[in-house]
Amino acid sequence: MSIRIVAILVVLGTLAGCAPIQPWVKPYEREHFADPIMSFSRDPISATYIDHVYESREGSRGATGGVGGGCGCN
Amino acid sequence: MQLRRFSQWAKVLAALGVVVTPAIADVLPDDRADVLYHNYDGGGITIQGPSVLVRKKVGDSLSFSASYYEDLISSASIDVKLSASPYHETRKQEGFSVDYLHGKTIYTAGYIHSKEPDYDSNTAYYSISQSMFGDLTTVTFGYRRGWDNVYRDIKVDGIIENDPTFHERADHRGYSLSVSQILTRNAILDLNFEAITDEGYLQSPYREVRYLDPTKPSGFSLAPQVTPNTRTSTAASADLKYYLPYRAAVTAEYRYYTDTWGINGNTFQVSYTQPWRHFIFDGSLRYYLQNAANFYSDLFPRLDYSNFEARDRELAAFHSISLGFGAAYEFHVPYATWINKSSLNFHFNHLMINYSDFRNACYSQACFGSNAVAGYTPQTDPLYKLDANIFQLFVSIWF
Repeated sequence: MSIRIVAILVVLGTLAGCAPIQPWVKPYEREHFADPIMSFSRDPISATYIDHVYESREGSRGATGGVGGGCGCN
Repeated sequence: MQLRRFSQWAKVLAALGVVVTPAIADVLPDDRADVLYHNYDGGGITIQGPSVLVRKKVGDSLSFSASYYEDLISSASIDVKLSASPYHETRKQEGFSVDYLHGKTIYTAGYIHSKEPDYDSNTAYYSISQSMFGDLTTVTFGYRRGWDNVYRDIKVDGIIENDPTFHERADHRGYSLSVSQILTRNAILDLNFEAITDEGYLQSPYREVRYLDPTKPSGFSLAPQVTPNTRTSTAASADLKYYLPYRAAVTAEYRYYTDTWGINGNTFQVSYTQPWRHFIFDGSLRYYLQNAANFYSDLFPRLDYSNFEARDRELAAFHSISLGFGAAYEFHVPYATWINKSSLNFHFNHLMINYSDFRNACYSQACFGSNAVAGYTPQTDPLYKLDANIFQLFVSIWF
Protein backbone atom coordinates (compact mmCIF):
# COMPACT_ATOMS: atom_id res chain seq x y z
CA MET A 1 0.00 0.00 0.00
CA SER A 2 2.66 2.42 1.03
CA ILE A 3 4.66 1.59 -2.12
CA ARG A 4 1.63 2.43 -4.23
CA ILE A 5 1.25 5.81 -2.50
CA VAL A 6 4.91 6.57 -3.04
CA ALA A 7 4.59 5.59 -6.71
CA ILE A 8 1.59 7.89 -7.14
CA LEU A 9 3.44 10.76 -5.50
CA VAL A 10 6.46 10.20 -7.72
CA VAL A 11 4.29 10.17 -10.85
CA LEU A 12 2.44 13.30 -9.76
CA GLY A 13 5.71 14.99 -8.91
CA THR A 14 7.13 14.14 -12.32
CA LEU A 15 4.05 15.50 -14.07
CA ALA A 16 4.24 18.68 -12.01
CA GLY A 17 7.84 19.07 -13.09
CA CYS A 18 6.70 19.19 -16.71
CA ALA A 19 4.29 22.05 -16.11
CA PRO A 20 5.59 25.62 -16.37
CA ILE A 21 5.94 27.46 -13.08
CA GLN A 22 3.09 29.86 -12.70
CA PRO A 23 4.11 33.28 -11.33
CA TRP A 24 2.49 33.50 -7.93
CA VAL A 25 2.79 37.28 -8.00
CA LYS A 26 1.01 38.47 -11.12
CA PRO A 27 2.47 41.32 -13.18
CA TYR A 28 -0.36 43.63 -12.14
CA GLU A 29 0.49 42.91 -8.48
CA ARG A 30 4.04 44.18 -8.76
CA GLU A 31 3.47 47.92 -8.70
CA HIS A 32 5.36 48.25 -5.41
CA PHE A 33 8.55 47.04 -7.08
CA ALA A 34 8.36 49.95 -9.51
CA ASP A 35 8.56 52.32 -6.54
CA PRO A 36 12.13 53.62 -6.14
CA ILE A 37 12.05 52.95 -2.40
CA MET A 38 12.00 49.20 -3.17
CA SER A 39 15.27 49.32 -5.07
CA PHE A 40 18.26 47.75 -3.34
CA SER A 41 20.45 50.32 -5.04
CA ARG A 42 18.40 53.44 -5.53
CA ASP A 43 21.48 55.62 -5.99
CA PRO A 44 24.35 53.48 -7.31
CA ILE A 45 26.90 56.29 -7.10
CA SER A 46 26.23 56.73 -3.38
CA ALA A 47 25.98 53.07 -2.47
CA THR A 48 29.20 52.40 -4.36
CA TYR A 49 30.98 55.06 -2.37
CA ILE A 50 29.81 53.99 1.09
CA ASP A 51 30.68 50.35 0.40
CA HIS A 52 34.07 51.61 -0.73
CA VAL A 53 34.48 53.18 2.72
CA TYR A 54 33.69 49.94 4.51
CA GLU A 55 35.70 47.71 2.22
CA SER A 56 38.80 49.82 2.76
CA ARG A 57 38.67 49.34 6.51
CA GLU A 58 37.46 45.78 6.93
CA GLY A 59 38.86 42.35 6.17
CA SER A 60 35.65 41.31 4.42
CA ARG A 61 34.90 41.92 0.76
CA GLY A 62 32.42 40.92 -1.90
CA ALA A 63 28.77 39.81 -2.02
CA THR A 64 27.56 43.23 -1.07
CA GLY A 65 24.50 42.92 -3.20
CA GLY A 66 25.92 44.92 -5.98
CA VAL A 67 27.58 47.91 -4.53
CA GLY A 68 30.67 46.95 -2.71
CA GLY A 69 34.15 48.04 -2.49
CA GLY A 70 36.30 50.99 -2.61
CA CYS A 71 39.86 51.94 -2.45
CA GLY A 72 41.69 49.46 -0.30
CA CYS A 73 43.91 52.20 0.91
CA ASN A 74 44.01 54.82 3.58
CA MET B 1 55.86 58.55 2.93
CA GLN B 2 54.01 55.89 4.75
CA LEU B 3 50.90 54.46 3.35
CA ARG B 4 48.20 52.00 3.93
CA ARG B 5 46.71 49.58 1.58
CA PHE B 6 45.28 46.38 2.69
CA SER B 7 43.49 45.11 -0.36
CA GLN B 8 43.92 47.07 -3.52
CA TRP B 9 41.52 44.74 -5.22
CA ALA B 10 38.85 46.28 -3.08
CA LYS B 11 38.98 49.48 -5.05
CA VAL B 12 37.62 47.94 -8.19
CA LEU B 13 34.81 46.24 -6.36
CA ALA B 14 33.31 49.66 -5.88
CA ALA B 15 32.86 50.38 -9.51
CA LEU B 16 31.90 46.82 -10.24
CA GLY B 17 28.93 47.03 -7.97
CA VAL B 18 26.47 47.91 -10.63
CA VAL B 19 27.50 44.85 -12.57
CA VAL B 20 26.62 42.29 -9.98
CA THR B 21 23.45 44.00 -8.89
CA PRO B 22 20.68 41.53 -9.53
CA ALA B 23 18.44 43.82 -11.56
CA ILE B 24 15.34 43.07 -13.50
CA ALA B 25 16.98 41.36 -16.42
CA ASP B 26 14.66 42.36 -19.22
CA VAL B 27 14.82 46.10 -18.59
CA LEU B 28 17.83 48.30 -19.18
CA PRO B 29 18.72 50.79 -16.43
CA ASP B 30 17.34 54.33 -16.62
CA ASP B 31 19.21 57.10 -18.36
CA ARG B 32 20.61 59.22 -15.58
CA ALA B 33 23.54 61.32 -14.47
CA ASP B 34 24.91 61.82 -10.97
CA VAL B 35 27.49 64.24 -9.66
CA LEU B 36 28.67 63.57 -6.13
CA TYR B 37 31.01 65.17 -3.63
CA HIS B 38 32.27 62.92 -0.83
CA ASN B 39 34.12 63.64 2.37
CA TYR B 40 35.56 61.19 4.92
CA ASP B 41 37.08 62.51 8.11
CA GLY B 42 38.35 60.19 10.83
CA GLY B 43 41.43 58.66 12.42
CA GLY B 44 43.65 61.49 11.21
CA ILE B 45 42.65 60.95 7.59
CA THR B 46 40.67 63.23 5.35
CA ILE B 47 39.55 61.94 1.96
CA GLN B 48 37.38 64.00 -0.31
CA GLY B 49 36.67 64.44 -3.97
CA PRO B 50 34.17 64.26 -6.78
CA SER B 51 32.48 61.33 -8.45
CA VAL B 52 30.46 61.29 -11.66
CA LEU B 53 28.31 58.54 -13.15
CA VAL B 54 26.46 58.85 -16.46
CA ARG B 55 24.30 56.21 -18.09
CA LYS B 56 22.59 56.49 -21.49
CA LYS B 57 20.63 54.14 -23.70
CA VAL B 58 21.23 53.96 -27.41
CA GLY B 59 18.30 52.38 -29.20
CA ASP B 60 16.26 49.69 -27.46
CA SER B 61 19.04 47.20 -26.74
CA LEU B 62 22.15 49.08 -25.69
CA SER B 63 23.04 51.11 -22.63
CA PHE B 64 26.39 52.74 -22.01
CA SER B 65 27.79 54.04 -18.75
CA ALA B 66 30.88 56.01 -17.86
CA SER B 67 32.18 56.88 -14.41
CA TYR B 68 34.87 58.98 -12.85
CA TYR B 69 35.98 58.95 -9.23
CA GLU B 70 38.65 60.88 -7.38
CA ASP B 71 40.14 60.70 -3.88
CA LEU B 72 42.11 63.65 -2.54
CA ILE B 73 43.87 62.14 0.45
CA SER B 74 45.45 63.88 3.40
CA SER B 75 46.71 61.29 5.82
CA ALA B 76 48.13 61.48 9.32
CA SER B 77 46.74 58.13 10.44
CA ILE B 78 48.09 56.24 13.41
CA ASP B 79 50.10 54.01 11.05
CA VAL B 80 51.62 57.00 9.34
CA LYS B 81 52.46 58.80 12.59
CA LEU B 82 54.17 55.74 14.03
CA SER B 83 56.85 55.33 11.38
CA ALA B 84 56.68 58.17 8.87
CA SER B 85 55.26 61.62 8.25
CA PRO B 86 51.87 62.77 6.97
CA TYR B 87 51.32 62.90 3.23
CA HIS B 88 48.92 64.05 0.52
CA GLU B 89 48.09 62.24 -2.67
CA THR B 90 45.40 61.74 -5.30
CA ARG B 91 43.79 58.64 -6.72
CA LYS B 92 41.78 58.75 -9.94
CA GLN B 93 39.57 56.06 -11.35
CA GLU B 94 37.76 55.85 -14.69
CA GLY B 95 35.28 53.22 -15.75
CA PHE B 96 33.27 52.32 -18.82
CA SER B 97 30.65 49.64 -19.43
CA VAL B 98 28.08 48.54 -21.95
CA ASP B 99 24.86 46.56 -21.45
CA TYR B 100 23.19 44.65 -24.26
CA LEU B 101 19.61 43.49 -23.89
CA HIS B 102 18.50 40.45 -25.86
CA GLY B 103 15.14 38.94 -24.96
CA LYS B 104 15.18 38.45 -21.22
CA THR B 105 18.95 38.48 -20.98
CA ILE B 106 21.33 41.36 -20.32
CA TYR B 107 24.99 40.98 -21.25
CA THR B 108 27.36 43.42 -19.56
CA ALA B 109 31.02 44.09 -20.20
CA GLY B 110 33.25 46.79 -18.83
CA TYR B 111 36.66 48.06 -17.92
CA ILE B 112 38.03 50.07 -14.99
CA HIS B 113 41.35 51.80 -14.57
CA SER B 114 42.64 53.24 -11.31
CA LYS B 115 45.82 55.24 -10.89
CA GLU B 116 47.67 56.70 -7.95
CA PRO B 117 51.32 57.60 -7.51
CA ASP B 118 52.41 54.18 -6.26
CA TYR B 119 49.68 51.88 -7.53
CA ASP B 120 47.73 51.30 -10.70
CA SER B 121 45.15 48.68 -11.49
CA ASN B 122 43.27 47.50 -14.56
CA THR B 123 40.12 45.44 -14.37
CA ALA B 124 37.96 43.82 -17.04
CA TYR B 125 34.65 42.23 -16.26
CA TYR B 126 31.51 40.79 -17.74
CA SER B 127 28.22 39.38 -16.50
CA ILE B 128 25.08 37.71 -17.76
CA SER B 129 21.72 38.38 -16.21
CA GLN B 130 18.69 36.26 -17.02
CA SER B 131 15.08 36.81 -16.03
CA MET B 132 12.93 33.72 -15.57
CA PHE B 133 9.84 32.20 -13.95
CA GLY B 134 7.50 34.89 -15.16
CA ASP B 135 10.07 37.55 -14.29
CA LEU B 136 9.86 36.72 -10.60
CA THR B 137 13.47 35.55 -10.59
CA THR B 138 16.62 37.11 -11.96
CA VAL B 139 19.89 35.21 -11.98
CA THR B 140 23.22 36.94 -12.61
CA PHE B 141 26.64 35.38 -13.19
CA GLY B 142 29.67 37.61 -13.11
CA TYR B 143 33.40 37.26 -13.72
CA ARG B 144 36.18 39.78 -13.34
CA ARG B 145 39.90 39.84 -13.81
CA GLY B 146 42.34 42.39 -12.46
CA TRP B 147 45.98 43.21 -13.04
CA ASP B 148 47.74 45.53 -10.61
CA ASN B 149 51.16 47.15 -10.47
CA VAL B 150 52.54 48.02 -7.05
CA TYR B 151 55.23 50.62 -6.51
CA ARG B 152 56.81 52.15 -3.43
CA ASP B 153 57.34 55.84 -2.92
CA ILE B 154 60.52 57.19 -1.40
CA LYS B 155 61.68 60.68 -0.67
CA VAL B 156 64.81 61.77 -2.55
CA ASP B 157 66.14 65.26 -1.83
CA GLY B 158 62.75 66.20 -0.49
CA ILE B 159 60.94 64.98 -3.59
CA ILE B 160 58.67 61.94 -3.49
CA GLU B 161 59.21 59.48 -6.31
CA ASN B 162 58.88 55.76 -7.04
CA ASP B 163 61.63 53.54 -5.70
CA PRO B 164 63.34 52.28 -8.89
CA THR B 165 64.27 49.02 -7.15
CA PHE B 166 60.69 48.13 -6.23
CA HIS B 167 57.98 46.93 -8.61
CA GLU B 168 55.54 44.17 -7.72
CA ARG B 169 52.40 42.79 -9.32
CA ALA B 170 49.13 41.32 -8.16
CA ASP B 171 46.45 39.43 -10.12
CA HIS B 172 42.85 38.97 -9.11
CA ARG B 173 39.90 36.92 -10.20
CA GLY B 174 36.33 37.20 -8.98
CA TYR B 175 33.30 34.98 -9.55
CA SER B 176 29.83 36.01 -8.49
CA LEU B 177 26.36 34.57 -8.52
CA SER B 178 23.29 36.59 -7.59
CA VAL B 179 19.64 35.69 -7.41
CA SER B 180 16.90 38.26 -7.05
CA GLN B 181 13.57 36.74 -6.10
CA ILE B 182 10.18 38.40 -5.74
CA LEU B 183 8.59 36.57 -2.82
CA THR B 184 5.24 38.30 -2.46
CA ARG B 185 3.67 41.48 -3.80
CA ASN B 186 5.45 43.31 -0.96
CA ALA B 187 8.71 41.43 -0.46
CA ILE B 188 11.85 40.85 -2.52
CA LEU B 189 14.92 38.82 -1.60
CA ASP B 190 18.45 39.16 -2.99
CA LEU B 191 20.97 36.35 -2.50
CA ASN B 192 24.60 36.97 -3.41
CA PHE B 193 27.64 34.73 -3.47
CA GLU B 194 31.11 35.82 -4.43
CA ALA B 195 34.49 34.10 -4.51
CA ILE B 196 37.66 36.11 -5.03
CA THR B 197 41.20 34.88 -5.49
CA ASP B 198 44.33 37.01 -5.33
CA GLU B 199 47.88 36.18 -6.27
CA GLY B 200 51.00 38.30 -6.04
CA TYR B 201 52.05 41.13 -3.78
CA LEU B 202 49.07 41.50 -1.43
CA GLN B 203 50.43 43.73 1.30
CA SER B 204 51.33 47.32 1.89
CA PRO B 205 54.98 48.09 1.15
CA TYR B 206 54.88 50.65 3.96
CA ARG B 207 53.20 49.11 6.96
CA GLU B 208 55.30 47.39 9.58
CA VAL B 209 54.95 44.94 12.43
CA ARG B 210 56.27 45.65 15.90
CA TYR B 211 58.09 43.19 18.10
CA LEU B 212 59.42 43.22 21.64
CA ASP B 213 62.88 44.76 21.88
CA PRO B 214 64.20 45.33 25.43
CA THR B 215 67.08 47.39 24.05
CA LYS B 216 64.70 50.20 23.02
CA PRO B 217 63.26 52.72 25.51
CA SER B 218 59.80 52.14 24.06
CA GLY B 219 60.19 48.38 24.50
CA PHE B 220 59.60 47.55 20.82
CA SER B 221 61.07 47.87 17.33
CA LEU B 222 59.52 47.83 13.86
CA ALA B 223 60.12 45.45 10.95
CA PRO B 224 58.59 44.97 7.49
CA GLN B 225 55.49 42.84 7.47
CA VAL B 226 55.18 39.74 5.31
CA THR B 227 51.87 38.31 4.13
CA PRO B 228 51.14 35.26 1.97
CA ASN B 229 51.17 35.73 -1.81
CA THR B 230 47.79 34.11 -2.28
CA ARG B 231 44.40 34.66 -0.79
CA THR B 232 40.97 33.23 -1.51
CA SER B 233 37.79 34.53 -0.01
CA THR B 234 34.13 33.60 -0.18
CA ALA B 235 31.22 35.73 0.88
CA ALA B 236 27.49 35.13 0.91
CA SER B 237 24.76 37.60 1.68
CA ALA B 238 20.99 37.79 1.92
CA ASP B 239 19.07 41.05 1.63
CA LEU B 240 15.34 41.19 2.28
CA LYS B 241 13.25 44.26 1.48
CA TYR B 242 9.62 44.68 2.49
CA TYR B 243 7.08 47.28 1.38
CA LEU B 244 5.01 48.61 4.26
CA PRO B 245 1.31 49.42 3.81
CA TYR B 246 1.77 53.19 4.20
CA ARG B 247 4.44 53.51 1.45
CA ALA B 248 7.65 52.91 3.28
CA ALA B 249 10.26 50.18 3.04
CA VAL B 250 12.30 48.26 5.55
CA THR B 251 15.42 46.28 4.66
CA ALA B 252 17.36 43.61 6.55
CA GLU B 253 20.77 42.47 5.32
CA TYR B 254 23.25 39.86 6.47
CA ARG B 255 26.62 38.83 5.04
CA TYR B 256 28.99 36.07 6.06
CA TYR B 257 32.61 36.22 4.99
CA THR B 258 35.54 33.82 5.29
CA ASP B 259 38.99 33.60 3.71
CA THR B 260 42.17 31.57 3.67
CA TRP B 261 43.93 34.10 5.87
CA GLY B 262 41.67 33.07 8.74
CA ILE B 263 39.36 36.06 8.78
CA ASN B 264 35.67 35.46 9.41
CA GLY B 265 33.35 38.42 9.23
CA ASN B 266 29.66 39.00 9.92
CA THR B 267 27.75 42.05 8.74
CA PHE B 268 24.25 42.98 9.88
CA GLN B 269 22.29 45.95 8.63
CA VAL B 270 18.75 47.23 8.94
CA SER B 271 17.48 50.28 7.13
CA TYR B 272 14.25 52.16 6.76
CA THR B 273 13.02 54.36 3.91
CA GLN B 274 10.21 56.86 4.30
CA PRO B 275 8.93 59.14 1.53
CA TRP B 276 7.25 62.38 2.56
CA ARG B 277 5.96 64.90 0.02
CA HIS B 278 8.94 65.69 -2.24
CA PHE B 279 11.42 64.04 0.13
CA ILE B 280 12.67 60.51 0.68
CA PHE B 281 14.34 59.90 4.05
CA ASP B 282 16.62 56.96 4.84
CA GLY B 283 17.96 55.70 8.15
CA SER B 284 20.29 52.75 8.70
CA LEU B 285 22.14 50.87 11.40
CA ARG B 286 25.06 48.62 10.47
CA TYR B 287 27.02 46.28 12.74
CA TYR B 288 30.18 44.50 11.64
CA LEU B 289 32.32 41.95 13.47
CA GLN B 290 35.50 40.12 12.45
CA ASN B 291 38.28 38.08 13.99
CA ALA B 292 41.97 38.54 13.25
CA ALA B 293 43.98 36.92 10.47
CA ASN B 294 46.07 33.89 11.47
CA PHE B 295 49.34 35.77 11.11
CA TYR B 296 48.20 39.02 12.69
CA SER B 297 49.61 40.25 15.97
CA ASP B 298 49.79 43.65 17.55
CA LEU B 299 53.12 42.74 19.14
CA PHE B 300 55.34 39.83 18.11
CA PRO B 301 57.60 38.25 20.77
CA ARG B 302 60.75 38.75 18.71
CA LEU B 303 62.10 39.60 15.28
CA ASP B 304 61.28 37.05 12.55
CA TYR B 305 58.95 35.25 14.89
CA SER B 306 57.10 33.51 12.03
CA ASN B 307 57.08 33.22 8.25
CA PHE B 308 54.12 35.55 7.87
CA GLU B 309 53.62 38.56 10.08
CA ALA B 310 51.22 41.47 9.80
CA ARG B 311 49.91 44.33 11.88
CA ASP B 312 47.41 45.81 9.42
CA ARG B 313 44.44 47.18 11.28
CA GLU B 314 42.19 45.68 8.62
CA LEU B 315 43.45 42.23 9.62
CA ALA B 316 42.88 42.77 13.35
CA ALA B 317 39.88 41.67 15.39
CA PHE B 318 37.34 44.43 15.79
CA HIS B 319 33.71 45.38 15.65
CA SER B 320 32.16 48.50 14.22
CA ILE B 321 28.86 50.33 14.30
CA SER B 322 27.71 52.72 11.63
CA LEU B 323 24.68 55.01 11.85
CA GLY B 324 23.41 56.47 8.62
CA PHE B 325 20.92 59.13 7.61
CA GLY B 326 19.94 60.30 4.15
CA ALA B 327 17.54 62.79 2.61
CA ALA B 328 16.61 63.24 -1.03
CA TYR B 329 14.62 66.18 -2.35
CA GLU B 330 12.99 65.86 -5.74
CA PHE B 331 12.70 69.10 -7.65
CA HIS B 332 11.73 70.39 -11.05
CA VAL B 333 14.22 72.07 -13.33
CA PRO B 334 12.49 74.89 -15.20
CA TYR B 335 12.91 75.21 -19.00
CA ALA B 336 14.82 71.91 -19.22
CA THR B 337 12.12 69.77 -20.75
CA TRP B 338 14.60 66.98 -21.52
CA ILE B 339 14.99 66.31 -17.79
CA ASN B 340 12.33 63.92 -16.54
CA LYS B 341 13.23 64.03 -12.87
CA SER B 342 15.91 65.50 -10.65
CA SER B 343 16.90 65.23 -7.02
CA LEU B 344 19.26 66.78 -4.51
CA ASN B 345 20.64 64.28 -1.99
CA PHE B 346 22.50 64.42 1.29
CA HIS B 347 23.86 61.39 3.16
CA PHE B 348 25.66 61.25 6.48
CA ASN B 349 27.23 58.27 8.25
CA HIS B 350 28.97 58.07 11.59
CA LEU B 351 31.36 55.12 11.84
CA MET B 352 32.76 53.81 15.13
CA ILE B 353 35.41 51.07 15.10
CA ASN B 354 36.61 49.37 18.30
CA TYR B 355 39.70 47.21 17.90
CA SER B 356 40.14 44.22 20.19
CA ASP B 357 43.85 43.58 19.59
CA PHE B 358 45.27 46.65 17.89
CA ARG B 359 46.88 49.02 20.34
CA ASN B 360 47.81 52.68 19.99
CA ALA B 361 51.61 52.43 19.90
CA CYS B 362 51.89 56.20 20.11
CA TYR B 363 51.67 55.91 23.91
CA SER B 364 54.75 53.83 24.56
CA GLN B 365 56.71 55.50 21.76
CA ALA B 366 56.92 59.05 20.46
CA CYS B 367 55.14 59.45 17.13
CA PHE B 368 54.95 62.20 14.57
CA GLY B 369 53.42 65.15 16.41
CA SER B 370 53.21 63.52 19.85
CA ASN B 371 55.50 62.40 22.67
CA ALA B 372 55.49 59.08 24.47
CA VAL B 373 53.29 58.91 27.57
CA ALA B 374 55.01 57.86 30.78
CA GLY B 375 53.94 54.57 32.29
CA TYR B 376 52.89 52.86 29.07
CA THR B 377 54.55 49.77 27.62
CA PRO B 378 53.85 47.92 24.36
CA GLN B 379 51.67 45.51 26.32
CA THR B 380 49.68 48.25 28.07
CA ASP B 381 49.15 50.68 25.21
CA PRO B 382 45.42 51.46 25.07
CA LEU B 383 43.33 49.68 22.46
CA TYR B 384 42.78 51.84 19.41
CA LYS B 385 39.37 53.32 18.53
CA LEU B 386 38.35 55.15 15.41
CA ASP B 387 35.46 57.56 14.88
CA ALA B 388 34.72 58.90 11.43
CA ASN B 389 32.16 61.18 9.85
CA ILE B 390 31.24 60.54 6.24
CA PHE B 391 29.31 63.03 4.11
CA GLN B 392 27.93 62.75 0.61
CA LEU B 393 26.20 65.48 -1.35
CA PHE B 394 25.00 64.72 -4.85
CA VAL B 395 22.65 65.78 -7.61
CA SER B 396 20.88 63.28 -9.84
CA ILE B 397 18.96 63.84 -13.02
CA TRP B 398 16.99 61.38 -15.11
CA PHE B 399 16.60 62.19 -18.78
